[in-house]
This record gives sequence, C-alpha cells and structure tokens, in this order.
Amino acid sequence: MHLLIVAILIPFLAAALIPLLYRRLGNLNLGWFVLTVPIILFTYFASQIPMIAGNETITASLDWIPSLGINFVAYLDGLSLILALLITGMGSLVTLYSIYYLSPTDSLPHFYAYLLLFMGAMLGVVLSDNLLVLYVFWELTSISSFLLIAFWYHRKNSRSGAQKSLLITVAGGFAMLAGFLMLHSMTGTFSVREIAVYIMQYTDHALFYPALFLVLLGAFTKSAQFPFHIWLPDAMEAPTPVSAYLHSATMVKAGIYLVARFTPIFGGTAAWFWTITIVGLITLFWGSFNAIRQTDLKALLAYSTISQLGLIMSLFGMGSAALYFDIADAAAIYGFATFAALFHLINHSTFKGLLFMVVGIVDHQVGTRDVRRLGGLAKFLPVTMVFAVVGSFSMAGLPLFNGFLSKEMFLTATVNVMSMPAFGADIIGWLIPVVAWTASVLTFVYSMIIVFQTFFGKFDSKRLDRAPVEPNIGMLISPAILSIMILGLFFFPNVLADNLLAPAAAGIVPGVDAAVTIGPWHGFNPEFFMTVGIIVLGAALYLLLPRWGKVYNLLPSNWSFNNLYTKTLSFTEGTSNRLTSTYMTGHLPHYFSYIFGFFVLLAGATLVFTGALNLDSSNDQPASIYEIMLILVMAGAAIAILFAKSRLSAILLNGVLGFSIAIFFVLFRAPDLALTQLVIETVTTVLFLVCFNYLPEWRKEYTPRRTKVLNAIIAIAGGLTVTLIALSVNSVDLFDSVSSYFEDSYELAGGNNIVNAILGDFRAFDTMLEVLVLFIAGIGVFSLIRHRVGKEADSDENQ
Amino acid sequence: METLIILLVGVLTAVAIYLILSRNVIRLILGTAILSHAVHLLILTMGHLKTGDVPLLGEEAETYVDALPQALILTAIVISFAVTAFILVLAYRAYQDLGTDDLNEMRGVQDE
Repeated sequence: MHLLIVAILIPFLAAALIPLLYRRLGNLNLGWFVLTVPIILFTYFASQIPMIAGNETITASLDWIPSLGINFVAYLDGLSLILALLITGMGSLVTLYSIYYLSPTDSLPHFYAYLLLFMGAMLGVVLSDNLLVLYVFWELTSISSFLLIAFWYHRKNSRSGAQKSLLITVAGGFAMLAGFLMLHSMTGTFSVREIAVYIMQYTDHALFYPALFLVLLGAFTKSAQFPFHIWLPDAMEAPTPVSAYLHSATMVKAGIYLVARFTPIFGGTAAWFWTITIVGLITLFWGSFNAIRQTDLKALLAYSTISQLGLIMSLFGMGSAALYFDIADAAAIYGFATFAALFHLINHSTFKGLLFMVVGIVDHQVGTRDVRRLGGLAKFLPVTMVFAVVGSFSMAGLPLFNGFLSKEMFLTATVNVMSMPAFGADIIGWLIPVVAWTASVLTFVYSMIIVFQTFFGKFDSKRLDRAPVEPNIGMLISPAILSIMILGLFFFPNVLADNLLAPAAAGIVPGVDAAVTIGPWHGFNPEFFMTVGIIVLGAALYLLLPRWGKVYNLLPSNWSFNNLYTKTLSFTEGTSNRLTSTYMTGHLPHYFSYIFGFFVLLAGATLVFTGALNLDSSNDQPASIYEIMLILVMAGAAIAILFAKSRLSAILLNGVLGFSIAIFFVLFRAPDLALTQLVIETVTTVLFLVCFNYLPEWRKEYTPRRTKVLNAIIAIAGGLTVTLIALSVNSVDLFDSVSSYFEDSYELAGGNNIVNAILGDFRAFDTMLEVLVLFIAGIGVFSLIRHRVGKEADSDENQ
Repeated sequence: METLIILLVGVLTAVAIYLILSRNVIRLILGTAILSHAVHLLILTMGHLKTGDVPLLGEEAETYVDALPQALILTAIVISFAVTAFILVLAYRAYQDLGTDDLNEMRGVQDE
C-alpha cells in the first residue's frame, strides 16, 4: 500500500485506538498522543513539497469495487498538497491548543476521536481522484462536523446548530452526488482527471449544465456561500478549537477545493464564471456587512469567515475564465486570479485560525466573548493582544501582514476583469471591483472591532466572569506560530508561491501561465489607491460606527434566510406529521384494509399483467352430490356468520364450518387431518364459549355505511383475487410433484402412514418448531391470565 | 370438483376478510379462524383431489393422494389453534384491562 493511502487511513486508525488508549492514559495524556498524528502527517506531506514544486504528481491506487469502476485512487498534486498541509498543519496547532483549552471534565475521548475522524475524512476529500470516494469522504466531514458542533450536546443551541449544518451540507452533498453521477453517465468514468480530458466532447450534452449546477450546489453549501451561509454562525456552538479548525481553516474550504478541482472540467464556460463570481461577491459583501453588527466575537468571526470564503470563491470564478482564452496573455490575466485565490486561501487559514484562538483565549480567561462586555484587556492580556493585532490587521489587509499581499492581488484581479472583458463582463463588469472594494472597507471595520473593542477602551471587571490574566503558556504556542507565519509570509511570499502556489495554479488552469512574483509594491496603480481608500474610509466608518450602526435596524428581522430555514423546517415537519397521521390512524381495521388492499392490487395486478390468468378446469375430478351439498352448507354457514346477531350463533356457525371441513378431509382421503380437525374444532369451540363468559354480549356496531361498503369491496376483491390465483394454479402443472419421494416412506423412515412419516421423520424439525410455537402460545396464554391488572400492576413495577 | 372447492375458498376468504376488518374483537378472531379454514382447503386442493387412495402404505393401492399437503395442513391446523387460543385470551385480557371489546376504543394515546 502506498504511503499516500496510509496517510489517509492513519487518522481513522488513531481514532479507533482512542477508546483503548483513554483507559491507559487518562484525560491529560490523550491529547499528546493525538498530537503526534497530525505532526507525523504534516512532516510526510511537507517532504513531498520539493517533488510537487518540480511539477510532478503522485498517484496511488487501491481496489475497492473494481467492477463498478470505484477504486480508492489517491492523487497528490499542488492543490491537494496545499489543502493537505493546511489540514495537518492546522490540525497540529489546534490539537496542541485544545490540550490547554478543553476542560478535563469534557468528554475528551469523544472530542479527539471526532477530530481525528474529521482529519482523515478531510484528507480523503482532497486526495481522492475517484468521485464516489470523494463523495463518501465529503459526507464523512459533514458528519464529523455535526458531531463536533453538538459536542456540548446538553445545550439546545448546539443541537440545533449541528442539525442545521448537517441538513444544509448533506442536502448539498446529495445534489453534488447527482452531479457526479451525471458526469459519470456522460464520460463513463469516475476519475476527475479522466473526466477533465473527456469532457471536451460533451459540452453540448443535455446533462452538462445540470451537472455543473449540482456540483456547485454541493460546493456552495459546504463553503457557506450565500444564501446557504446561515449554518456557519450557528456552527459556532462548537468548542472554539473546532471553529478554528473545521469552520474557518479546513472544512469550509472543501467547497472551494471542489470548485478549484472542477475548474479544468467546467472552467471556460460563462455559467461557471458568472455563477461562482457573483455568488462569491454577494457572499463577500453580505458576510462583511453582517459581521459588523455582531456582538458575539465568534459570530463576528463566523460572518467574517463567510465573507472571506466568498472572496476566495469569487477569485476562483474569475480565474476560470483563463480557460476560455486561447491568447496566452489574456489567459494569464485571468489565471492570476486563481493564483491569488490559492494565496488567500492559505493566508485566510493563518489569520482566521489565529483570531479564533485569540477569541478562545479571551473567552477562556474572562468567561465572555460579548464585545459589549469586553474592553481594555490590553493591560491584562498583552501577548494575546499582540496576536489579535497581527490577525486582525492581516485580515484588514494592512502592510507587514500576509493579508495585505493577497488582498491587493484580489483587487488587482477584479480590476483585470475590466481590462479584458469576458462573457459580457464589459457591461456589468465594473460592478465587480466596486463590490469588492466596498466589502473590503467593511472588512476593515470589523477587523478593527475585534482589536479595539476587546483590548482597548474602558475596562470594567464587573462585566467579566473572571479577573483577566494571560493563559497557560501552552495555549499561546499555537497562536504564536501562526503570528510568525503571518509575518513570514509577508516578507517571503515567494517561497510559498514558487513551491506550492505555482504548481497548484498550473493544475487548476492547465496551460495558463498564472504564476507571478509576489511583492508588496507595484507603483501607484489603481489597487494602491483602492487600498488607501479602504484604510481611510474604513477607519472613518469604524470611528463613526455609533452614528450609522442604526442602518441594521432597517432590515426587517423576520425576512432573514434563517427565518426561512426555520419556517421550512417546521412546515416540513408539520406537513409530514399531518400526512402520516392521515393513514397511521391507530385503528387496527384501517391497517388491515391497507394490507388486504395492497394484496389485491399487487397480486391481482401481477396476475393480470403477467398473463398468468388461466381458467381451465378440464382436469377436474367429478363432484359427487355429497360434496356439492357440503360446499353449499359451508358457503351458507360462512355467509350466515356475517349476519349473525348473537355471538353464540356466530360461534355455532363457525363450528359448522370446522366440522364440515373435517368431513371434507374424510372425503379427500385425509384421515389424519379429519381426526385432528375434529379434536381441534371441539376444543376451539369450547374455548370460545369459555371466553364468552367473560366478554360482553355483542352490541350493535355503529359502523358508517361507507365503511361497510368499502370493507365489503375489499373483502370481495380479496376473495376474488384468491379464487383467480387458485384457479390459475389449478389449470397448469408447471412442475412435477415431489410427493412421490415420500411414497417410499417405509424404506426411508419405516412408517406406513406417509403423513405421519413426513411429520415425524422427513420434516421432523418443522414439527419440533411447531411444538415450540404451541409452547410459546401456551406461555403467552398463561402469563396473560396471571398478569395482574391496572393499579396493582403499576405499584408492582414501582417497587 | 377442484373448481367448486376453489370457489368455496373464495367465499370463505371474502367472509374472513370482512370479519377481520370489523371493529369487534370476536368477529376479528372468527375471521382469522375462517381464513385458516380457507387456506387449509386451498392447500389441499392445490395438491389435486381424489387422485388416489388414502396415503397409508398398508392399503397397497395403485396410487395414493398427495401426502405432502396433508402434512403441511396438519401443522397449520395446530398452529392456527395456538394462535386462536392466544388471541382469545388476549381479547379477554384487553376487556379486563380496558373495558371494551371494540378495536376503535382500544386505540392507544395520540403520540405514542
């Protein structure tokens, strides 16, 4: 097995080991064991960088269901490697942080098991070449996310947040699966790389655009794009390390990864370009606009994550246009956006992960993360304050931090769309830089809120649960590493660009020269003035926030997508509840009529439509006068039961039926049956009569006429179906009888009575089990009679 | 002969289904008893009727009737008796506890 596949499986194996290790190690050391997993994996993936930088790829394959073309194919290229490094790198930092963040009273084995499950699933998503395998891992990330959000499941909000994220992401996953199947039906393969080669011939196929939009639906739900973004703020109920890891750095990037991975397949079409760019930009704006109004720091970060995901998404949308152009220069201009997207993807993980950790520290140390209660913490948490400044300023796009570089590249990319319009971008293309710039101003504002409203301003210890002090040094290691990375990436961005971004971009937009040398200074170009404008206007807006903050009250509160979600959910539940209760009535006669109704429909329809209906009575034996009389007696008695006024007459008529059948058994050469039937019928009749002693006399049933007619129809139809089936069976002998075998019963079983030989020898196990049934029924009868009634029984149970 | 018996089986089945759909427990139990009568006759008929002698080897007849359906029915008679006895007692207990023999009134709580 190739190491690449082993790398995917290691987290799963480690997760399986956790329950065993927990008994040995206890709460404290468990985290250190878990920490080794991402560190080992990170080292492995980091060691692949030189090879990927040389534009090579790794493929490793393991057969799963080869007959269906579903194999475990792991594929490592630049894009996968970036994500894999993020997953394992952030995984290491978050695990280290969790060791100090989580309380020993939390259920740590569950936490770490879910975390490792997620890590393995996420690695599976970014390393799978086979679409169905990718889908399985994709849903597994949704499930592990669900489990982690509901980690503190005693809170109602945790449960509803987990439910919401699961419903939305899994619904998107189903859509994506449908898209995958369409791709398979077009190209005949599940391999992403092969589809990218073959898809050229199918761009006119009827399924091409449905597949495109269904795959995008999966990507948009997972990456919290407008209007599916509503699950992400509620996912903040998860412990903060989880928010830092899943809901900002890795899992929510899965949708973006999917878009990047599918750009070689769908890229170059107007639908792909516009859908992703527009959805991304709307998400960017809406997220940043809503982030400002949040008072919970984690909610603010959630909206900020939504907004930043929109930014990266829109960059991938713009970058896909590179595949439309044949001219190398034009393609490169668009390809640049892809390059910027990859860069910002990494930068976002660093600064957003850092900010979540900062908020986690604040929450952990003072017991609240409400900005209205916080303020002036700089004095008490100076180190944490520095981290917050690094993270926020990077997010705001200020120089000295990596966010500045990628933010400016983003602005360049939006301006580029104007310079080389594609897909009719010359008409409304000017909106792209305008929206991007406006959202960036708002981003600046909320970035400032995080720093200044938490660490500066008035300090009021009464509003905090605990006196603020710096946390344990262990909790500061991970944020420190991220802060150093943020600064390092600003000064040495091209180490990353040359080794990872360039090969990744080459894989997303093949044949396009997308890579550039990243630098902080490009002269007085439009982007420079846009950045200056962002800082000036952003600072002004931040200072004037109390004045214009009322604008949020203008939005009607019940017009939110959240409300739509809640309404839809309760509507669906209500409707299905009503629908179910229309037929699950709790009335036994209703259920019986369904059973018999379906019998008539299914068996009757099969009989008619398969042409099995056959009414040939030529092989019949002649009927004697006794037999005809007996038949008439039985039919008469049966019908008379229906009209019996008293239960006594009914049971007597039933006796007539039973004893008549015994006579039939005599006539039909079945003496054993006749004997048994006589005994049983006698006992049954006695049993009925005994029971009547305790049961009430029949009352007149007030059944509505309609029900009676309906029951009669079902009954007659049932009888008719049975008759027709039996007549058809009687008409033909499809198989030879097996019964002649039993006629050697003396030789085989030493019995002259064939029926007895069958029961006692050939089919003795049947008879034994029949006795067992009798025995069980006997126990049932006995315990029903002995069981005490009502209050007496209740008090018995309560003792 | 077979056709006539099959028609009788049809009548018995229809009567049984109508009784089973009823609200009264005793009628329901009667329905199941009649249904088993019908099924026994049906199984016997499917093995063809009166094609030979009683399946006792001591008779030393030329042909015997099919013994297999008889063995099956013998089992079925006993089992259906066991079930009838059980639901009869169940009806008795239900009446003791719930004070009714009407299936509609025995209905459980709204959201069980």
